[in-house]
Amino acid sequence: MKYVFQFGIVWDHLPQLLEGAWLTIRLSLGAFALGFVIAMLLAFLRTAGPRPLRAAIAAYVEFIRNTPFLVQLFIIYFSLPAIGIRFEAITAALLGMSLNFSGYATEIVRSGIEAVPRSQIEAGYSLGFTRLQIFRHIIVFPALRTVYPALASQFVLLMLGSSIVAAISAEELTAITNTLQSTTFRAFEFYFVATGLYLLMAVGARLLLHAIYWAVFERARPVERGWSR
Amino acid sequence: MSRDFEWPEFLFLLGALRWTVVLSLIAFVGGGIGGLVLAIARTSSHAILRWLAATYIGVMQGTPVLMQLFLAYYGLAVLTGIRIDPWPAVTLAFTMYAAAFLGEIWRGAIQAIPRQQWEAAAAIPLAPTAQLRHVILPQAFRIAIPPTVGFLVQLIKGTSIASIIGFVELTRAGQLIVNVTFQPMVVYPLVAVLYFALCWPISLVALRLERRIDAALGIKQHS
Amino acid sequence: MPLLALSSIHKRYGSNLVLDDVSLDVETGEVVAVIGRSGSGKTTLLRCINGLETIDQGSIAFDGKPLPPGGSELRELRRHIGIVFQSLNLFPHHSVERNITLGPTITNKLPLAEARKIALDVLREVDLEDKLHAYPSQLSGGQQQRVAIARALAMRPRLMLFDEITSALDPELVGEVVKVLERLATSGMTMVLVTHEMGFARRTADTLVFMHQGRIWEKGPPRELFAAPKTPELESFIRAVLDPND
Repeated sequence: MKYVFQFGIVWDHLPQLLEGAWLTIRLSLGAFALGFVIAMLLAFLRTAGPRPLRAAIAAYVEFIRNTPFLVQLFIIYFSLPAIGIRFEAITAALLGMSLNFSGYATEIVRSGIEAVPRSQIEAGYSLGFTRLQIFRHIIVFPALRTVYPALASQFVLLMLGSSIVAAISAEELTAITNTLQSTTFRAFEFYFVATGLYLLMAVGARLLLHAIYWAVFERARPVERGWSR
Repeated sequence: MSRDFEWPEFLFLLGALRWTVVLSLIAFVGGGIGGLVLAIARTSSHAILRWLAATYIGVMQGTPVLMQLFLAYYGLAVLTGIRIDPWPAVTLAFTMYAAAFLGEIWRGAIQAIPRQQWEAAAAIPLAPTAQLRHVILPQAFRIAIPPTVGFLVQLIKGTSIASIIGFVELTRAGQLIVNVTFQPMVVYPLVAVLYFALCWPISLVALRLERRIDAALGIKQHS
Repeated sequence: MPLLALSSIHKRYGSNLVLDDVSLDVETGEVVAVIGRSGSGKTTLLRCINGLETIDQGSIAFDGKPLPPGGSELRELRRHIGIVFQSLNLFPHHSVERNITLGPTITNKLPLAEARKIALDVLREVDLEDKLHAYPSQLSGGQQQRVAIARALAMRPRLMLFDEITSALDPELVGEVVKVLERLATSGMTMVLVTHEMGFARRTADTLVFMHQGRIWEKGPPRELFAAPKTPELESFIRAVLDPND
């Protein structure tokens, strides 16, 4: 092989790569927060709202889940300006990631809501709770506990999927890597290291999410009906 | 000089949609074979096989597809010194990606089979290959169909990334048309609709299959 | 020479001594019923006999030959030892006939026609010849267990192992399975059963083995042990089993 590896060049540019990684993390966290709030709202309305609203939310979810994230980004960043709505690259990226995440998260949260045993909800009604109170005190915590693994996986997917926003020039890790490799001609080394950074972030995120689960949810395990040896 | 978006432009999109489908199918089939090998390795009794398969899957699932694509396209080109055609690079990247995800799905399906089935098969006795072939895989196959069909949708959407390295599938075709017609308000939503028309029916099939499997399993548990 | 000879078996799970110096000989044609509380090690002991569990110390000999650790030799031995589990024996995606003919055709390499004849014969022995083409999901629990017995018999084993095969059944289905067990015992099959069916143990077993905390606590003819248990553990076990509300 004629190629001579020069990872040293990558090392020289590490601060820029880390800068990009940091934006990746911030975008992911921001999109998760925003997308999660939207998802909670939509999931609640999907189960307890008026019928036309439920249908609209279902349509929204199906649209998000059956079209590519890249195309959704293009619509936000390139199509909307034609009717006067203009976003900066980073804002468009954040918005796109949030909406995309909310499409999946809504379904996940909804399945968690539906997994709460009917008897618990009926107990709430007999205590005189309103629907919102039942949601808040009886449904939310167990539902989130049930779907936590799915949401955690979705977060990692979100973070890895953020690489696509490089296509609209948001300066996260992938975009920075692209720029650097094209100016230094060290494509393999840069992509290799950037991939390694993503892997680190993904593994780190999973460990952190595991720890959060233990801290928050483990004690509230549902009472099981009996344990055969 | 810009053109209007009319029939020829729409047909160009449809033509590119063809490549989206072709690429997805190649990756799906190739990934299917790879995934089967991975799933068997992942559930084998040899620790080395398990570890190798788990590491491969872990890396492929822990890194962005776009990066995998860049490595296959730009990375390999730089390493070997020859210009790699988009088709082999794209096919390689998506096949490897699909293999990892399908491997995980099928591993889950294999592990969903109760331990007792393995033991009953081994106690008859049946050799390990016979256990897989006659007892485990047929059952795992049934369980795995809905998520496998669901993954096909993921794969189709994923091929849109190939546009970033210039491979002309549906999304890239959309970009090219926008460059000429200056009508992103028409083209990109239309591209989205085309993807939707392709993916949504498949998603519905996956959903129907999942409900049927759940019902079948429910019946069995009652006897 | 006993058909099955277990000598000084020790087995640990982590720091837990699951089997503690267990020795047992089973003669050809003998019916051994193993009883005890959950956690006494009885199921583990049974599973060691055909190699589903490994032992840390001691020896297991079948027909004078030591139990192979694995691979094709263990497979060869398993042709002569049949086992029926508490549940999930049958392969749900195969018909009853196919469930039974898998072993004879694939392992014993018999032609399919002959295997089918064997299937019909063994199903007759368990009173289910009309279910030849049924699928497991169409059978009741008792019928499934009987088919599982038939499937094991199709390999013409010299020893049959049963791991609490009636424990998961609805009470009214237990009788039909116990009837098959008794018929099998009368025909001279060597059987080792982990069981809660005290009636069967008393009537049909030649030897009763009571296990407690990983050891064989008492062993002997069932009538004797039931009438006069030597240890308080067996006594309280018998009382608990005969009247659970004690």
